[in-house]
Amino acid sequence: FRFPSPIGHISTCPSLIGQCCKTHPGSFQEELVIRPLHSGDIYASFQFRTLWDTDFLQEGQKVSHYRLFPKSLGQVLSKFSVRELHISFTQGFWRTMQWGQPFIPSPPGAELWVWFHDTVSDVDGNWKELTNVLSGIFCASLNFIDLTNTVQPSASFKPLGLGNATDHRFLRYATLPREIVCTENLTPWKKLLPCGSKAGLAVLMKSEKLFHSSFHSQAVHIRPICQQCSSKAWELRQTLNVVFDLHTSGQGKKEWSLFKMFSRTLTEACPLASSSKVYVDITDNPEGELFELSPATPLLGQAVVLGDRRTYSVYDLSRAETFGQLRSFNLLLRWKGDSGDMLRPLLHAERYVAGFGLQTGEIHTVIYNNHPYRAFPVLLMDSVPWYLQLYIHTLTVTSKSRDNKPSYIHYQPAKDRHRPHLLEMLIQLPPHSMTEVTVQFERALLKWTEYTPDPNHGFYVGSSVVSALVPSMVAMRTNFTQDQPLFSSFVPVKEESSYFVRVYTEPLLVNLPTPDFSMPYNVICLTCTVVAVGYGSFYNLLTRTFQVDEPSPPLSKRLANLIRRMRGVPLLT
Amino acid sequence: KTVCDLNLSSVLMNSNLVHRADSFFLATKMAAPLTLLLIVAVTIRAVLFRSSWAELISERVEVVSPLNAWKRVVEGLALLDLGVSPYSGDVFHETPFMIYLFHFVVDYAEIVFMVSPDLVFCLSRFLTSLKQKYALESDRYPADCLELLRSPKEMFYIPLKVAMFYLLNPFTILSCVAKSTCGLNNAIIALFILCTLKGSALLSGILLALATYQSIYPLTLFAPALLFFLQRLYIPVNLRRSSFWFFTLQYAFIYVGSLVVITGLSFFLLGSWDFIPSVYGFIFSVPDLTPNIGLFWYFFAEMFEHFRLFFICVFQINVFFYTIPLSIKLKEHPVFLIFMQIAIISIFKSYPTVGDVALYMAFLPAWSHLYRFLRNIFLVSCVLLACSALFPVLWHLWIYAGSANSNFYYAITLLFNFGQILLVSDYFYAYLRREHHLTHGLYLKKKDGTEATLVLK
Repeated sequence: FRFPSPIGHISTCPSLIGQCCKTHPGSFQEELVIRPLHSGDIYASFQFRTLWDTDFLQEGQKVSHYRLFPKSLGQVLSKFSVRELHISFTQGFWRTMQWGQPFIPSPPGAELWVWFHDTVSDVDGNWKELTNVLSGIFCASLNFIDLTNTVQPSASFKPLGLGNATDHRFLRYATLPREIVCTENLTPWKKLLPCGSKAGLAVLMKSEKLFHSSFHSQAVHIRPICQQCSSKAWELRQTLNVVFDLHTSGQGKKEWSLFKMFSRTLTEACPLASSSKVYVDITDNPEGELFELSPATPLLGQAVVLGDRRTYSVYDLSRAETFGQLRSFNLLLRWKGDSGDMLRPLLHAERYVAGFGLQTGEIHTVIYNNHPYRAFPVLLMDSVPWYLQLYIHTLTVTSKSRDNKPSYIHYQPAKDRHRPHLLEMLIQLPPHSMTEVTVQFERALLKWTEYTPDPNHGFYVGSSVVSALVPSMVAMRTNFTQDQPLFSSFVPVKEESSYFVRVYTEPLLVNLPTPDFSMPYNVICLTCTVVAVGYGSFYNLLTRTFQVDEPSPPLSKRLANLIRRMRGVPLLT
Repeated sequence: KTVCDLNLSSVLMNSNLVHRADSFFLATKMAAPLTLLLIVAVTIRAVLFRSSWAELISERVEVVSPLNAWKRVVEGLALLDLGVSPYSGDVFHETPFMIYLFHFVVDYAEIVFMVSPDLVFCLSRFLTSLKQKYALESDRYPADCLELLRSPKEMFYIPLKVAMFYLLNPFTILSCVAKSTCGLNNAIIALFILCTLKGSALLSGILLALATYQSIYPLTLFAPALLFFLQRLYIPVNLRRSSFWFFTLQYAFIYVGSLVVITGLSFFLLGSWDFIPSVYGFIFSVPDLTPNIGLFWYFFAEMFEHFRLFFICVFQINVFFYTIPLSIKLKEHPVFLIFMQIAIISIFKSYPTVGDVALYMAFLPAWSHLYRFLRNIFLVSCVLLACSALFPVLWHLWIYAGSANSNFYYAITLLFNFGQILLVSDYFYAYLRREHHLTHGLYLKKKDGTEATLVLK
């Protein structure tokens, strides 16, 4: 956080600095970032961070005393020797071209990736149990994660916390693109917060409003971090991102308030929180010409986020004056004029299926580099279910209508009913270019029990993941300090000149050929009939011999002979 | 390349035909039409290869199966280039020999070109030997049966007819243009038949092992080959005779020995046994339910899960099961037994394609003398022709137009297989009936002197 800046009246607030509670075995921070979007929509991002200076993975150390850190998660971490856990539930698709980059990206549906400790011997077994336990904790269908949709990416998902693990045998990644996120997932998520939904920012989370939005994403990230590098601490970050639509939530009026968005106002900070703040992004509005904020705040802050220096109005909820006379804080944001065009994000990706019919198809992934003069490499990761049979020899990568051979390809072909395809590539994107990656596939006919309840709806293929170090416009801060706002400190920064971005493409919906589900008995009967016809005719020819047909005597004669036999009279011939 | 191929072919043909007893006559009079036929056949294929139809044909499910699609061979080679074992995925199901064959052959298409002529020669050869047999035995049969025996003139054109039936069969042409490796498997089986009929037990055993290695099912051809050799060496099929056991063990040793050697070589080529589940496990357990012309795909797509294993066993045993009764019934006629076995494999195998159908259909002109005893040949031809036309139509309606569903295509596969079964059993019936007439005379009389009808009892 840097305070001296060219922008007007800036005062220093002592409470912002040195809030890290070194004396306590843990601390809790909460913040809400509001970013008005150029489309007139509004983006609200909650982050809650719980820190805990303990190491429950150490041998023989049994942790039974939990204060801020949720016990349910702590027990899971120690039982399954989890080193890092990232889980997100998302409803809706983040539109990068309209909204810019989110603070923490997530794909539609559920995503789970876990690094296990390298002492774990049976990683698959732990993974299976872990998904089932998490399924219970979050009331989600994570139990549908099995070997058929789990991959081990070799390069795309590096640990974000302490440690420099490179052995991807201990990494598991799975997505459930079809997962529907709703209230029953939000409630357990809220329960993990120290204040629950009773105080602090969490009172704003009313599901009837949160789910009446264009985009909703809630996530839990757990990782070990280094606190001044003296001791290891566990960090639990809970994030909730939501985009309210101008027309459906805002009734078409460019006028937002906390009450309008969440039908609640803030009355207090969470008493357990060491810091509790609301940030409003005013970078595009330095002089207040675009929109008006009320109540106004004298407090301004700056942060470098996603390669860009942003300016924020800061409201500190731990201070009584924020709530004013009414003891209630309702932030009002009123647009004055029309906003200009948004700066195009430097990296953007989209994906679609080409082709017609139910036999073959082609997956097209298009990656845009909008940087005017810098080329940079991206890692593209695709995990495709086994029932779409990929043909890797048809893979083409073209940039500016020229062949662009990937410098690294990691391909693991699928095994029917056992594991999905995994394709990872390192592609160099030329400056200001569009790169198209295509690969052909064939659709399989499944067993009738393997189809989802609505088979003609189609099958989802999870998002492609594009990970990149994008050249930064401003120098990134490489040192990780406690006083940074949470939204700018999630991804560790290794070098000043670039920043890490992950872009998820759209999930695909692919139709497969279907059998007739009402037919199993008929098919079994008819096919067996044909086999029996074959068997019968061969049996007939094999067991019988040719004989001259002597016609049997007519019925009258046989009857007469029967009577004659009973009478003891010679038979007729 | 094509010219080169033709030269090679004619050399092959000459070498094949020249050393027959009546070779001079044959070589001069048969070489010309055969060469002409070959040129026509190769031209058709070359034209289709260069046309835009080639890609369309190579995607047809009737022509290629997961086991022999050219696209999958290319995929396997691409995986090998990426440093991934081709058997680690479920795309490639060819044997290790095939990878290495195609790895070193630069121009792949030409290979498939050359395969079909091979087959023709094998079959022509096989027919000439049949002819000899009939000529020898003709004086043994009753006088009125002479019209059941083929005249030398008829016999003379049979190799040509077989060649035509195979080379100009649309099924073969489609299979060849799709570059289905089924053509290679057919060639191995044809070479095996050739070596068997020439009496070379060693080569026959090796080729049979190779055919088995390629696609497991030719295993059932062991019995007819053994019976043929026994007949040829005048060894009676008698379990108490030591000469019978001696030869049987000798042939079985050649067969099993070469199978072990081939499998061992594959292991050393790849350094792992991964190909066993990927090739043979794939054939037996039928995990890929992509539609084809066979009976398996829809049956196992609709099967109840707890009966799956049972029915897989039943269906797979069905292919092998007929070997024993057929060998007993046809122990005097091993060549016809080979035909029956190949036909049964083609009908009941797990991933059949039209290339397999074409193989046994090439034998049909060899049984032209059975024509008068066939009962349903008109019906069967109509069924097979109609089905062949309806396959692409109903496929289009199901997969592309969306106006039909899977049942339509399934109905046609059912009918097609029904037609094939009828055809094979009809030929079997005709063969048995002809044998009966050969021993009992053609015009049978009842006790009262009127004309008798022959029935199976």
